[in-house]
Amino acid sequence: MKDLSLLVFLPTFGALALLLIPRRQTAALFKAALGVSLLAFCQSLWVLYRFDGDSAGMQLIERLRWIPAYGIEYAVGIDGLSVFLVLLTAFLVPIALLASWTIHERVKEYLFFVLLLETGMLGALVAVDLFLFYVFWEVMLVPMYFIIGVWGGQRRVYAAVKFVIYTMAGSLLMLVGIIFLATRNFQVTQSLTFDLLRIVNLHLPYNEQMWLFLAFALSFAIKVPLFPLHTWLPDAHVEAPTAGSVILAGVLLKMGTYGFLRFAIPLFPEAALAAAPVIIALAVIGIVYGAMVAMMQDDLKKLVAYSSVSHLGFVMLGLFAFNLQGVEGALYQMLNHGLSTGALFLIVGMIYERRHTRMIEDFGGLWKQMPIFSAFFLIVTFSSIGLPGLNGFVGEFLILLGAFQESPVWTALAASGVVLGAIYMLWMFRRVVFGPLDRPENQRLEDMNLREICMLAPIVALIFFMGVYPKPFLSRMKSSARLVLQRVESQRLAVPLIRSETVVEGKTARGN
Amino acid sequence: METNLTPLLPSAEVLLTALTVLLLDLFVGKGEKGILVWISLAGLALAGGMAVFLRGGQPGAFQTTILLDPFALFFTLLFLVAAALTILSSVQYIREAGIREGEFYVLILLSTFGMILMAAANDLILFFLGLETMSIAVYVLTGMWRERSRAAEAAMKYFLIGAFATGFLLYGIALIFGATGSTHLGRIAAVLTQPKGQGSIFLPAGVLLVLVGLAFKVAAVPFHFWVPDVYDGAPTPVSAFMAVAVKAAAFAGWARIFLFQLAPLQNEWTVLLKALAILTMTVGNVLAIAQSSVKRMLAYSSIAHAGYLLIAVVAGGAAGGQALLFYLLSYGAMTLGAFGVLTALKEGDKDGEAYGDFAGLGFRRPFLGMAMTLFMLSLAGFPPLTGFTGKFYLFRSAIVAGHVDLAIIGALNSLLSVFYYLRVIVMMYMEEGGVEGKPFARAPYLYLAIAVAVVGTVYLGVLPAPALDWSLKSFSSLR
Repeated sequence: MKDLSLLVFLPTFGALALLLIPRRQTAALFKAALGVSLLAFCQSLWVLYRFDGDSAGMQLIERLRWIPAYGIEYAVGIDGLSVFLVLLTAFLVPIALLASWTIHERVKEYLFFVLLLETGMLGALVAVDLFLFYVFWEVMLVPMYFIIGVWGGQRRVYAAVKFVIYTMAGSLLMLVGIIFLATRNFQVTQSLTFDLLRIVNLHLPYNEQMWLFLAFALSFAIKVPLFPLHTWLPDAHVEAPTAGSVILAGVLLKMGTYGFLRFAIPLFPEAALAAAPVIIALAVIGIVYGAMVAMMQDDLKKLVAYSSVSHLGFVMLGLFAFNLQGVEGALYQMLNHGLSTGALFLIVGMIYERRHTRMIEDFGGLWKQMPIFSAFFLIVTFSSIGLPGLNGFVGEFLILLGAFQESPVWTALAASGVVLGAIYMLWMFRRVVFGPLDRPENQRLEDMNLREICMLAPIVALIFFMGVYPKPFLSRMKSSARLVLQRVESQRLAVPLIRSETVVEGKTARGN
Repeated sequence: METNLTPLLPSAEVLLTALTVLLLDLFVGKGEKGILVWISLAGLALAGGMAVFLRGGQPGAFQTTILLDPFALFFTLLFLVAAALTILSSVQYIREAGIREGEFYVLILLSTFGMILMAAANDLILFFLGLETMSIAVYVLTGMWRERSRAAEAAMKYFLIGAFATGFLLYGIALIFGATGSTHLGRIAAVLTQPKGQGSIFLPAGVLLVLVGLAFKVAAVPFHFWVPDVYDGAPTPVSAFMAVAVKAAAFAGWARIFLFQLAPLQNEWTVLLKALAILTMTVGNVLAIAQSSVKRMLAYSSIAHAGYLLIAVVAGGAAGGQALLFYLLSYGAMTLGAFGVLTALKEGDKDGEAYGDFAGLGFRRPFLGMAMTLFMLSLAGFPPLTGFTGKFYLFRSAIVAGHVDLAIIGALNSLLSVFYYLRVIVMMYMEEGGVEGKPFARAPYLYLAIAVAVVGTVYLGVLPAPALDWSLKSFSSLR
């Protein structure tokens, strides 16, 4: 078992080890789980250290024959598209565990599921074999279902079932797509394999590409979630416990956008090009719609949930701009969103634990009572709205830059989402933190304790770092992103273009 | 003429065990019936050992009407394991229900004998004999809980409909005999390959009738109406036995007769079977959602799974045969397990079978909860459990054969099934309360059976390669 496998299965081993600890010793359980997740984080840093940022292809590949008769392999690898998402996952899980310290019921099962979930997420990010990817993709689902359904809020069962049904609806069709793709690959090349690196060379007729793209895209679009498939998200986010929301927003949603970039686009470039106008339109609708709905929310958690719809719209916009700025911006924005929205959910969780309400109107003037909390909240809010100097700005700027070359009109509309984002976030911040401290319940609130500072401090440090010095991140993403774009670009030249304006812009972009 | 009887040995061994238990039952005191369990299990194990030892290479008995080819071996082992797990999980149950122990084990063994004959038969008449031996024993098993009126009703219903189905089957065999002059499958197949062989109208009619007869036995829609009532009324371990072993036996016939020997006629029934598969999956799943009892839900889910299995029959070929055999293994493990957990919930003369009986189970009885969760997830097709792997190969066989539509409908049906399987998990982990007390605090045999099913469900899902190879070899051994 080498670097990546160790990283993927470390949490599983940890989860199994937890079973040996008596269920009454909750503190020991928490410490063990935290220790395991920190070990996994160290391992992810080791992976980053071994990762060669200049090479575009898959690295640290491990292969094991799994079901040889069908060419199914246990194959994992990592490249510039996935390396930081792996890091983000390993980074957020310990924080999510710290945030779970206030859970007192069924701690053992809870920690077991969180660690299992980590294996699922890491596995899906490093899987190179389509079958293996599907397995991990579904493995993510079950622990999350339990986390929402058992430890969630009032309507947790409804939210958990909705989450599973929505995700399954997409992924089952993707499964049929995967089998069909492998079968076609066998018919053409006479080699039975589910290996992405080999199937990616298969060239299918446009018609088949389109159907397969739809099957894959539906699955990923539900996960992103792309408007109008987002309706599971507010329910799941609102009902999930804080750690569940953090992981959901921080990593699971990225699985959708990652899936597009890793599978749907490189496998079916022609179809992706043809579908781009529709997806861009949906992404921009999502940006504006998500922002507007967020503005109207009086529940903090719902507001953050809808802001996710808006932010993920930016990511999709960047991806389907099909140029380096757009794709790099999208990748960067995935990380940003994971950090800033994860932090926002942590913050909402903190005041919910103190006041047992999430209604914005119940707060006001917290600045006087909780200065440290308010300072953290301010930084995270600024990060979320993309203030220059913080990470959000870099991502959104690159995305808009890339998208503008592709379709100026939609980009202009999308940019209005930035403005709307600033409005709803700042308005929310003002209502919660500023103003008179007039509620007696709020006058007894305690400021953040050490554990809570430990949760937010690393995130805030990264928010600053990624805001001022994005180069180490972007440079490692560049080669892999370029590889994906080359695949698309070759199709752009090969097929008649969808709209005439892209020809001109495409040329100018290459001319630069 | 010298007759080679060795291929009969495993089935004969099961029959012998049945007769031994029947005799011993007369002499064993009421408190010592436990010994019968061990004798039954030992007999099954011995039969299994013989089957493995004699595998392949046997010429076949009675002019090759009975074969002990790897195909028959595969099913023999499947039946033996299913019978052993059924016996293990019913020890406590039948004692509490006041069912006569000796006869119960005898009947399980006798029906297993019939099943082995069905899988080994290469002749329609022998197949029919096996089917009847199996069926009659299971009719009685269904009604063995005599104090319960539901059981009597179920047995009666099962018997009448079973007899009806048998009529179809037998008439179909007669027509095939009329058209081809033989009941031996090899000779029928030989007639089919001749240019004029397929001219007669009687042949398709006969095949159709056999198909209907078997459709009754596997509970394909629209021949499924007996299933919910019968499964519901029967003692829970018997329901499990019916859902797994009886269905597998019928599918053994389906594989040998339709997928292999009569494969030249495939075009005649593809459309029909496709409609049957789609109907069976969809009706089974939709009706399962509407159930308020877990036992009835499992009954409808077994209908739905028959539909999935029919996908493989439609697909045909080696891929279809392999997928069919592998899915029978998967389905066997998870269904026996699910019914096993249901058995464990029985309290007094009341089966704990409503969804409400599962409330809070997950945290109060962690092992049962965990096991049931695995079975439900596996039945719903979540990786890395065996239900997923099985479905993967079913869908694959359909796609390879060009039936992409069937794979898509199968996938959508899996989505439907998620609704009701998750409902059990919701009950176990996300609802409080439920039945108090500790049903079956000491049922080591039952727990052993459930544990075996858990291991099977996980193992066949994570490392399916050996079982897949075995399925393929077994199917392609058909001659």
